Amino acid sequence: MEASIMDGPRRRCGAVSGLTTVKNPISLARLVMDRSPHSYLAFDGAEEFAREQGVEVVDNDYFITEENVGMLKLAKEANTILFDYRVPLAETCSKAAAAAAAEDGGGLQMMNGLPLSVYAQETVGCVVVDSQGRCAAATSTGGLMNKKSGRIGDSPIIGAGTYACGACAVSCTGEGEAILRGTLARDVAALMEYKGLSLQEAVDFVIKERLDEGMAGLIAVSGTGDVAYGFNCTGMFRGCASSDGFLDVGIWN
Amino acid sequence: MGWAIALHGGAGDIPLSLPPERREPREAGLRHCLDIGVAALKAGRPILDVVELVVRELENWPYFNAGRGSVLTTDGTVEMEACIMDGATMDCGAVSGLTTVVNPISLARVVMEKTPHIYLGFEGAEAFAKEQGLETADPSHFITPENVERLKQAKEAKAVQVDYTEPSNAEIENGGPLMESSGGTVGCVAADGLGGLAAATSTGGLVNKMAGRIGDTPVIGAGTYANSFCAVSATGIGEAIIRGTVARDVAAVMEFRGLSLKEAAAFVVERGPKRTTGLVAVSADGEVAMPYNTIGMFRACATQDGYSEVSIWN
Repeated sequence: MEASIMDGPRRRCGAVSGLTTVKNPISLARLVMDRSPHSYLAFDGAEEFAREQGVEVVDNDYFITEENVGMLKLAKEANTILFDYRVPLAETCSKAAAAAAAEDGGGLQMMNGLPLSVYAQETVGCVVVDSQGRCAAATSTGGLMNKKSGRIGDSPIIGAGTYACGACAVSCTGEGEAILRGTLARDVAALMEYKGLSLQEAVDFVIKERLDEGMAGLIAVSGTGDVAYGFNCTGMFRGCASSDGFLDVGIWN
Repeated sequence: MGWAIALHGGAGDIPLSLPPERREPREAGLRHCLDIGVAALKAGRPILDVVELVVRELENWPYFNAGRGSVLTTDGTVEMEACIMDGATMDCGAVSGLTTVVNPISLARVVMEKTPHIYLGFEGAEAFAKEQGLETADPSHFITPENVERLKQAKEAKAVQVDYTEPSNAEIENGGPLMESSGGTVGCVAADGLGGLAAATSTGGLVNKMAGRIGDTPVIGAGTYANSFCAVSATGIGEAIIRGTVARDVAAVMEFRGLSLKEAAAFVVERGPKRTTGLVAVSADGEVAMPYNTIGMFRACATQDGYSEVSIWN
């Protein structure tokens, strides 16, 4: 498991990767930020820090669900159709489509005979701005189904899956590799900072122009109280609320 | 226009009084690696090959904090990390937590080219290296007496130290205990003058770092970045470079504000906390920038018009 957290006003950050027993990775990421001289700890070193800090740890099998065991089995069978039923991916699901994509190449990242996007589970994240305009972002994930051991995605990478500064806070989800190369979270903020775009304009631009073949989505808030989200795939599980009474929970467009 | 190459061997509070026996081997290393890079560019090698082979040489040179000669963690071990990025395609590869891989930058490249992933760390990365048949060595191969001594000094000062400097009591932005700017990370950026751009960075991290600590080097957009505008490799205090998304910002400022490479690079470095950041960068049209806000930065560069430089201070 991996996670990261960032505090907008002073751009302090904390991140962790490779956790196996820490019940709440995001809280360990925060402790890295607050109680260590570093910004990012991983694997055995992170687990050791967790114990030093006395955070709650559990057996590794606490995290494992039957559903995921089943999906891993499917994922390992080459060319088997696998999708996350909770966010149906229409055309990309069929064997024919997968075969066509594989033949076509088309720049699609493939893993075990299927487009990478099929393996993207729901990373979670949250972005907040308070009544004083202070932003923060947090992201947490188990990564890609059937990923190579030791694989690190975008969620713990400041500027990719998570970012916060004076202007905004951003948290991303989707194909980690696409989000990493696109430095998605930082790009939203950089467009606001260097090009003067509004939050929504920056989000739209990044989703449209920075993702190529990759599938991803993000949520964002600005220091002036705006909230925005964008995604280039079928759906993104999300919720948002603001102090004027606005409240929304959605999946698709 | 034309090709350009720049490389660094770390930014830090390199004292002007650095004794010759510590200065000369590093200058010689920079000169040697610059020559190799220039020869590869002139021979028309692909731009990724150029930065990889220069960084391999820097990793093999024991006086820099990368590969052999890496600084030690608080446990007395070596944990190496590296990253490579191709500006034209924006493909990238990164590795962390390596203990036996002789050339971390080459493993980063193999991750990029042979897996559907970008970043592998620790045991998974080591296992992958063995699968791929990369050269490995006993962990003791990477440890030098100089670094054993540095760790000893750092522990005595209860500091997280950087190369080149004595531990001091500067506080970092994170509000944590003292940190000096880290020297010794190595990096190389190159442009072939035909639109090809690449960046590569490699390091052992911070002296006396916690086991498992990851710095800016393998974080895309922090220590390493390349796109169609420029290629950037940073060095300094990893924690500051991460929060400052330094490498990405150089390119972003060029793209979104229309600044030249030199202006963008200077802007980003000056904006960061003092004594934390240095970088080398090249643009698609062969411009070079090597700004730093530390006392010095081991660096070298060359451009197609015949200019070349090896320096430490201003």
